[in-house]
Formats: sequence, C-alpha cells, structure tokens
Amino acid sequence: MSNSTLAAHTATFDTGSAASLPSGKAGVWWFLASEIMVFGGLIGTYILFRVAHGGWAEQASHVSWRLGATNTLVLVTSSLTMILALNASRTGRHQRAAHFLLLTVLLGLTFLGIKSIEYTREIREGFVPSSGMFWSFYYIMTGLHGLHITGGIIFNAILYFGATRGTLWSGGHGNRIEFAGLYWHFVDVVWIFLFPLLYLS
Amino acid sequence: MDTAIAHAHQPPASFLRRYVFSIDHKVIAKQYLTLSLAMALIGGFTAYLIRWQLAWPETDIPGWGPIGPDNYDALITMHGTVMIFFVAMPFLLGGFGNFLIPLMIGADDMAFPRLNMTSFWMLFTASSLIVASMFVPGGPAAAGWTSYAPLSDNPIYTGVTWGQNLWILAVALEFASFLMGGINFLVTALNLRAPGMTLWRMPLMVWMELTAAVVFLLSVGPLVAGALMLLMDRTLGTGFFRPDRGGDPLLWEHLFWFFGHPEVYVVALPGFGIMLEVLPVFSRKPVFGYRMMVWSTLAAGLLSFLVWAHHMFVSGMDPRLATPFSVTTILISVPFAVLVFAMIATVWGGSIQFTSAMWFALGGLATFMIGGVTGIFLGSATTDIFLHGTYFVVAHFHYTLFPVTFFGGFAGVYYWYPKMFGRMMNEVLGKIHFLFTFIFFNAIFIPLFITGLRGNPRRLYEMSNYDFLKPMQSLHVIATIATIGLLLGQLPFVANFVLSMFFGKKAQDNPWHANTLEWATSSPPPFGNFAEPPTVYRDPYEYSVPGASQDWIAQTAPEPFITTVAAD
Repeated sequence: MSNSTLAAHTATFDTGSAASLPSGKAGVWWFLASEIMVFGGLIGTYILFRVAHGGWAEQASHVSWRLGATNTLVLVTSSLTMILALNASRTGRHQRAAHFLLLTVLLGLTFLGIKSIEYTREIREGFVPSSGMFWSFYYIMTGLHGLHITGGIIFNAILYFGATRGTLWSGGHGNRIEFAGLYWHFVDVVWIFLFPLLYLS
Repeated sequence: MDTAIAHAHQPPASFLRRYVFSIDHKVIAKQYLTLSLAMALIGGFTAYLIRWQLAWPETDIPGWGPIGPDNYDALITMHGTVMIFFVAMPFLLGGFGNFLIPLMIGADDMAFPRLNMTSFWMLFTASSLIVASMFVPGGPAAAGWTSYAPLSDNPIYTGVTWGQNLWILAVALEFASFLMGGINFLVTALNLRAPGMTLWRMPLMVWMELTAAVVFLLSVGPLVAGALMLLMDRTLGTGFFRPDRGGDPLLWEHLFWFFGHPEVYVVALPGFGIMLEVLPVFSRKPVFGYRMMVWSTLAAGLLSFLVWAHHMFVSGMDPRLATPFSVTTILISVPFAVLVFAMIATVWGGSIQFTSAMWFALGGLATFMIGGVTGIFLGSATTDIFLHGTYFVVAHFHYTLFPVTFFGGFAGVYYWYPKMFGRMMNEVLGKIHFLFTFIFFNAIFIPLFITGLRGNPRRLYEMSNYDFLKPMQSLHVIATIATIGLLLGQLPFVANFVLSMFFGKKAQDNPWHANTLEWATSSPPPFGNFAEPPTVYRDPYEYSVPGASQDWIAQTAPEPFITTVAAD
C-alpha cells in the first residue's frame, strides 16, 4: 500500500524547467499579446468611428496610397530577410545571418524614410493631427507603429553588431534573432492592418 | 539564453548591486513593499485632508491649513491614483508576487531577473513623477482617478496643465512596469517550477497572481492607447474625446473601464491569494475545493472583461446595453461567491489559531463580503440609476479594495514577515493593530453607506451648501473621526514592522508549520532561495491528514506519512 503510494507520487513528476516554450520566447509571446490589445484598442476604436462618420472619406483621400503600398512592400520584404537571418543562424552560417540582419535594419530605415516623406508632404499641405478626426487617427496609429518600427530597428541593429563581433554566437544568444523576429513580424502584421484601413478604405 | 541559470548562487558583493539595483527577487520584493508603504503615507494623508474638510468644512486642518475647492478635487484624484496604482498594486503584486512566486514553486529566482529590476525602477520613476506632479504650476491632476474626459481633456475645466500630463505619463509608466512584471510572473510560474510541482500542486496564491497578471496584461492595452489619445488631445490639439472636435467623451469611459474593472480583480485576486494561504494554515485544515477555486478564479478573470459598462449606466451610452452588462455583472458574483464560501468552508470546523495574520485574513473575508453584496445593488442597472455617484458607491468600493489590499496585505505581512526578515513580529501589537483597523474601517464606511442611500452625492467639496445634506453631517463627522482613528491605529504596525526587524524573536524556518515550499528553506532564504533544489511530492494543503503522525505534511515530504491505515 505505502509503496504504491510512493510510486504514484514519483510517477507524477514533471520537469518544470524543461517546458515546451523557452522562457525568452514565452516572454515575447506574452508581450505581443499585450501589444495586440494596444493596437487592437486603437484599430477597433478607429473602425467604430469610421463607420459612424461618413465624412471622413474626403479627408482620407489625401493620403498617398502609392507611398503606403511601397512601404508595405518594404516591410514585407524586411520580414523575409528577418526569416532568412534566422534560417542562416540556425544552420550555422553566421556571416550570412549578419548580412540579412543588416538588410532588415536597412529596410526598416527605408520604411521610416518613406514615412517621413509622407508626413512632410501631408504637413506641408496643412494636414496635421488636429485637422480632423481622420488625421488624428492617422497620426496616432502610424506614429505609434513608427515608434515600434524604431524599437525593432534598434533591437535588430544590436543583434547585427553582436553578430559581426561574434558575441551573439559565443554568448549562446543566437535564438535572440528568433525573439526579435517574432516582434518584427508582429509590427509588420500591424501595418498589414493599418495600410488598408488608412490608405485604401 | 536562460538568465535564471546564468546568475550564480552568490550574492553580488557591492552594496549598490545587492540592495539598490538588485536582481534578487526577494530584495526587489522588499523594495516594492517599502515603496508601497511609503506611498500609502501619501494616500492616507490625502484621506485625512479629504475627510476633515467633509466633517468640518473650510476650517484649518491640523498639519496643513485650509484646503480650497480646487485642491479638494486634486486631493481626491491623488488619493485614488496613489492608492490603486502606487499602493495596492506594488503591495500585492510587486511585493508579495515577487517574493512568493519563485519561493512557492521552488525556483531560484524569476525567469528574467534583470527585467524584474527594471520593472521596479520604472515603477519608482512613475511614483516620483506622480509625487512631482503635486508641485508643478497649476497643481496635480484634478479630474478624478478615472480622469474622465472632457474634464481631463480640456484644461479650461480644471485649470490643471502639467499636472494632468504628468499624471498620464506616470500612470503609463506604471502600466509598463506591471506589464513587464506580469510577463515575468507568467513565464516564471510556467517554466521554472521544481520537479513534481505540477500546475495542480501550485499554492492558490500563485494561481491568483498568475490570473491577475493575465487579466492586467490583456486589459491594459486599450487604455494605453487611450492615454496616448488623451495626451495628444491635450498637447497636439486632436479631439478624440472632445465633442466640439468630432470626438466622443464616452470613448474614454469605455477604454478606461475596459481596463478599470478588470483592474479591481488584478488587486483583489492576490489579496484573496494571501487569505487563502493564511486560512488553511491557522485552521489546520486543507482549503475547501482547491480545484473549484482555481476554476472559479479563471472564470472570474474571463468574466471581468465583459462587465465594464456597468460603470456607465447613467453616462449616456445606449440604454439597451444596460441589461446585458447587468447580467454579466451579476454573473461574476457567482465565481466570487464560490471563493468566499470556499474560504468559509476552509475555516469551518478547523482548530483555529487566532494569530494576527489569521485575524486579518478573517477580517478581510468578513468585510469583503459586505463589499461584494453591495456590489450587486450597483451592478443592477435599475438600482444603480439611483445609487450612481453617491457615497454608497464610495463605501462599496472601499469595502472591496480595502479588505483585499490592507486586510489581505497585512495578513500577508504578519504571516510572511518571519520568512522575509528572519524574525517574528510581535503578536500583541499585531492584534491591537487589527482591532483598530477593523473597528475604525467599518466606522468610516458604514455611515457612508447610509448617507449614500439617502442620496448624498460624492465628490462634493462642501455639503453644508445643501439643505437636504445637513442632517447627515453627524454621520460625516463619525466617518472623519474614524478615519483619524484608522490612521493612528497604523502606528502599532509601523512600530512592530520596524522594531521586530531588530528585536523580534528569531524565526524558525517554518514557524507556522505550513506545507508550502517557501517554508522548506531557511528564514530568510539565501541568495538562490534553496540550498538544495526542492522536489515536490504533495498537494499544498495537506493538513490534519487522518492517521498522519503530525498535522502538517510539507510538499517536499516524500514518505507516505500515513502510518496506520484502518483495516476494513
């Protein structure tokens, strides 16, 4: 009786630390869950307002869908280079991984460059955050997204320097590329929502 | 990769690394605890000023002087903001969550120790900002802790400029801090459990902290967006919440309460968690319905996302929304009733030891029930239309938040102090502290239930201007005298807390004969928590097991302990 009780206890061991999701990755996923709620709140509010106020279409016609579409292409490409960097790091091709990280950083900077051209044009034409509800939403949503892009560029740049100096690999931090990648894809997906909502609708 | 493994089991040598920028979860927990108690002084002092003005309007307040109507609005705003964001959350989540989660699951630290340190110092920055906002030109924020637009949005209404901006920044930083903290809690408890510590063997405190973390994480996002909108309204001339610019003030209320109501449970659940650790130990009985309590907690967490508009029954939203939100609100009282009854059933028939911790846990349970029951009146739209915006609401939410934050929190301090500081607290002072707190707390808010039922509006600076309020003045005087009593009644606690650190009786490793893992290491635990990594064999609440040789069986006890089995 007592032996079987003991056996039953030992049989129920789970090795806590060997969880299916590594800590770093789990942390990023929880972070992204909270980020989804931030952007979800903004996007949901925007859609409700937009549906209720038809007059916005006139304001919305002043954004440049061509620049927006170009930026969409830039960002989707940068997601691809991020995956290629991860792929290269996993197969041990460190030089190649560093190159793709640099490419991702450069594409991120290109996105910000095009975005600033857009902002400049719009502000010159007199469309500032206080020009109307559409513009308020346009600036808060693209602005917050731009801040996230900036953050992602900084992470990726740090990884790039770590990769070229070798500290990323010697410290065993190679899977940080995956964590940064998760974030970068998330920021990309947010843009995939923003582009049709702000430029095409 | 794994930062928990990366830091060695040696405490850092330098003072700065060891006590200030520490990555040890126990030190960080004490930092949170100290910060929250320091902020509680501000919260308590504002309560004193508010209550004095209400009892004896426009007189010289001892220690301050007279307050004007503008300052009154600022005071109630600061009282709410400080107490919720800078006392309750750091006390229950930052302090107890940080201290207990790694210890209770048998981990050597949090999953991300450096992130943990960052969370605390971010909160410290936020606290500094909110304190600084009291001294800027124009005064601190004065639109209530809920910062309803357009009151908070357009400075012409309150005359507050920088104070409100700093309020937004401070609260946003506080959110970021607890977001990082919550992620840390979740990853730690899911990934770093000791061998044998299955999810269903985790102490209820850990379940409560985790549910609170998830609820916070998923509810705060829209308000972060809302805070950004409010800041833009105030600084860039947008009009998200201003009807004259095409916006909608109701939007703020939706965004705020979508977070604000779950936030109540973010604070309440850890408070319950403390009570649920204390009650079985001092009843020498297992908790009643462990699994049902976990399911109820998760159900309450889920439902908390569907009740927010019960704060807005009279706000001008579509009245057809009132019924669905009344229904969900009444529904959420079911899981909470399960928790409360399970707590009573835990104590029922136990051999109760009336320690200070037990008194506070029982006091918290008793007072919370009043808060819960009065919530039903406010959750139902028909009665809320009458009671909305009266002192009944004030009394109700103090009866929910005070029990969990202070009764629960103090129960936790008395219970875990030996583990935190290696010394026992004085039980006589503890019981005096409980008596003062319990009597005076009820003496403040029972009169306010009565004035509220008679239609006394909250947030009034001076009630003597209204004839129908004059007969209630004596009730306000009672509440104010009780407030002073409650504040003075905390002096035994302060003395006990400080003096016990030096003169308290040395604590044994397991002074209460409790089962959970934090008692399986020394008091206080060493850097890295456990000399030997613990292995868990049992459920957390095996007290008074029939046939066992003692009335507690630690989670780490491998032997069956059942020495005699009745032959049948």
